[in-house]
Amino acid sequence: MPFAAACPKSAPDPHSAPDPSADPPDRRGRPRPPARRRAADAAAGFVALTGAGFRRYATYRQAMVAGLFTNIVFGAMLASIMLGVAADGRTPGGYSREQLVAFVWVGQGLLNVVYTWGWRELADRVRSGDVTADLLRPVDPLTSYAAADLGRAGQAVLGRWIAPVVVGVAFYDIYVPHRPSTYVLFVVSVVLATLVSFGGRYLVNLSAFWLLDVRGPVALWMLAGALLSGSFLPMRFLPEWVQWLLWCGTPFPSIFQIPLDVAVERTDGALSATTVLLQLVWVIVLFLACRAVQRRAVRRLVVQGG
Amino acid sequence: MTMPPHDAVIHAAGLRKDFTVKRKTGRLRRTAQSVSAVDGVDLTITTGETVGYIGPNGAGKSTTLKMMTGILTPTGGALTVCGLEPVPRRKQLARRIGVVFGQRSQLWWDLPLRESFRLLRHVYSVPAADHAHRLETCRRMLDLDAFLDTPVRQLSLGQRMRGEITAALLHGPEVLFLDEPTIGLDVVSKHALRAFLADLGARGDVTIVLTTHDLADIERLCPRLVVVDHGRVVHDGTLAALHERYGSRRRVVVDLDRPYDDLPHVPGVKVDRVEDDGHRVVFALDGVPAGGLIARLAQLGGLRDVAVQEPDIEEVVARLYTTEPAEPAEPAEPAVPA
Ligand SMILES: Nc1ncnc2c1ncn2[C@@H]1O[C@H](COP(=O)(O)OP(=O)(O)OP(=O)(O)O)[C@@H](O)[C@H]1O
Ligand SMILES: [Mg+2]
Repeated sequence: MPFAAACPKSAPDPHSAPDPSADPPDRRGRPRPPARRRAADAAAGFVALTGAGFRRYATYRQAMVAGLFTNIVFGAMLASIMLGVAADGRTPGGYSREQLVAFVWVGQGLLNVVYTWGWRELADRVRSGDVTADLLRPVDPLTSYAAADLGRAGQAVLGRWIAPVVVGVAFYDIYVPHRPSTYVLFVVSVVLATLVSFGGRYLVNLSAFWLLDVRGPVALWMLAGALLSGSFLPMRFLPEWVQWLLWCGTPFPSIFQIPLDVAVERTDGALSATTVLLQLVWVIVLFLACRAVQRRAVRRLVVQGG
Repeated sequence: MTMPPHDAVIHAAGLRKDFTVKRKTGRLRRTAQSVSAVDGVDLTITTGETVGYIGPNGAGKSTTLKMMTGILTPTGGALTVCGLEPVPRRKQLARRIGVVFGQRSQLWWDLPLRESFRLLRHVYSVPAADHAHRLETCRRMLDLDAFLDTPVRQLSLGQRMRGEITAALLHGPEVLFLDEPTIGLDVVSKHALRAFLADLGARGDVTIVLTTHDLADIERLCPRLVVVDHGRVVHDGTLAALHERYGSRRRVVVDLDRPYDDLPHVPGVKVDRVEDDGHRVVFALDGVPAGGLIARLAQLGGLRDVAVQEPDIEEVVARLYTTEPAEPAEPAEPAVPA
């Protein structure tokens, strides 16, 4: 059977009015679909790529179990420190004992959801030249990597986040949020935190187009993330002027501190919502930066390897 | 710049790519040097052609393909593919071309092949029915069923390559670029892949541009052959034209009981070489059939064995590669006697 017959060309959409701004049809007479269809197609593509990210990380079961064990041991250690710090009714950083315990146990799994560790996937692909495959697709790599990262985060919620929270609830006197809006705001905040973290990691990885070896920048990003995001100690333990500097001048508190403050209801609802808005600003800033840098990178693009 | 002919899918005029490489020239000093990987390529490929792109290592084949697919910015010259300038229109072009770089994978490493194909359908927004039809054809012709559910990282090279070709075809591209698609494949896999591509090419539906070091690929698949060396086109035409141009001849190898005192003279036949103290004589045929020569030899007697050798493409190409950079060839120029 001829290949051509086996591959019928898509029929032109009878409902689409000729759009003068649309691209000319290609040689096979396939017209460009209307804008609404294109948007729906793009959304379907994004969802499919997110699903692929989710399934991809689901294949690493052993790593998940080992990581989970570490999270729980660390969580127990941190929790005992926090209980000491907040003994005798002290409220360091304005947190109660129960809030600090919640900060620890919600935070342990969240580290893996937002992913504050070193991520070099894009840089490695630039170095090896495999980035070719990403660039040969009709989807912007920034979009497809973001989709995959959200899928990865979703997998981490199931595999890494739930268990430590259950441990905290089962064995500790833990703060339970009482405002219903907190639950919704927390979900939004975690998605935004993942995107902030992703944007920063992607930006650092883009330096591979110039440097080829990105271990330095990645290590720097990781270190800054560990110190400034609130994953070692809540940022609110620091002097107020330092906090202002970090919250507004760096994306790091948006990656970790903000979703946790939302979860433990450290501030009232309005202020919590404002901090989530700050996260959104960071997402926009970082994605715009990624786009600008990527455009320059691709323009001077040298794909490595024959 | 010349205007591309109306049926040109790919049109390159004076296409160039220089790489800047830094060399250590002193203890601390490094000087930048410009390497010309592609040095003024003129090429027009029309719809439905299958073109083989060959040349020695480092000739600039991959570099040219990277520019044509929009992932490498040319240093100079003009280039259009499917009427688009590749780098600025990379995303639009991606929907209309299929690309396989032999040493790289475009599949999702951790996911089963089937899953990669499903994802590609969404990434390219291919209508479900079209996708199903194309996948079905490839499954049948490339025997994918045995490993459709295997994660890509567990596939053998030959299996993965069949997957890559399928992945490149699922969105119905107008042009298929293949950079060394048969590299590392065993004889059987090569045959299967060639049969598939020959079939695809014969339908004239897809324009195919492929690079290879395996000249059997060219003999089987490519009516048109572009030879590049040092970034320039040194031959553009049919395989037969190449043979003619470089004076490759059919040969008759004759084994004798005892050496001749006088070698026979037959019109259109030259003595190529004499080996083994005259016990073996190799004649080169200048476009004449072997019959006349063999009849003459039979008259002389003492004939032990006769073999007729077809012109060897490897030999021609080896000769082409080892000669110093030639002047760029005019496309389809008349044969030049060697
Ligand atoms: N990223 C790069 N930086 C510097 N020089 C490069 C780069 N890529 C290729 N080159 C040079 O450009 C020339 C052409 O390389 P190219 O990969 O196009 O060759 P090729 O014809 O594909 O060879 P092969 O048959 O070995 O695959 C070579 O001299 C190579 O060293
Ligand atoms: Mg190559």
